[in-house]
Amino acid sequence: MATAENKNAAAGQGPQPGATQGFVYLPLIAGWLVPGAGHFLLRKWGRGALLAASILGMFGLGLAMQGKLYSNAHDILDILGLAGDLGNGLLYIFSRMLGLGADQVQVTTADYGTRFIVVAGLLNVIAAVDAHNLRTGRKA
Amino acid sequence: MTHFAAVLLFALFASIVFGITQRETPRRMIRYGIYCFVLFAGAAVALSWLMFLIAR
Repeated sequence: MATAENKNAAAGQGPQPGATQGFVYLPLIAGWLVPGAGHFLLRKWGRGALLAASILGMFGLGLAMQGKLYSNAHDILDILGLAGDLGNGLLYIFSRMLGLGADQVQVTTADYGTRFIVVAGLLNVIAAVDAHNLRTGRKA
Repeated sequence: MTHFAAVLLFALFASIVFGITQRETPRRMIRYGIYCFVLFAGAAVALSWLMFLIAR
């Protein structure tokens, strides 16, 4: 029985031969930890660079606007914010280690910055899932 | 940074990711990215006018 990957390969649309070997979840995990890395592993250089620039740009702007990095989960909104922040992978971890981001939102732009950081994490998850779909042949 | 600049940057970055991840061919990615950007920015402008008129 032909898999989606085989069909795509036959049609010349699937991932390149070298990119289909190895651990199937590697692009997903790499894409989560480092924005764009999942696409780079699959040799989708242009897409990976654009995704990395967009997510890094949004995360950086969020920090520049004194956005808050969620560190604990006291209520449901904090839990959702923390989940979004964790989507940034290593960016979130290193930023926490370096003490970046505001502890409290004190100005209006800091509220926007907090949303920028959360949305950057959510977009990074979408990008990582896209890399996984490319890896499995679900997407050309 | 003005609030409108923040809206445009948000729309730009989100539209790029949506375009790349939600469509398969480069041409359709670009078209969908532009479509998302116009919707993001247009909705922000329309809602801003709506709130301005309500507040009068």
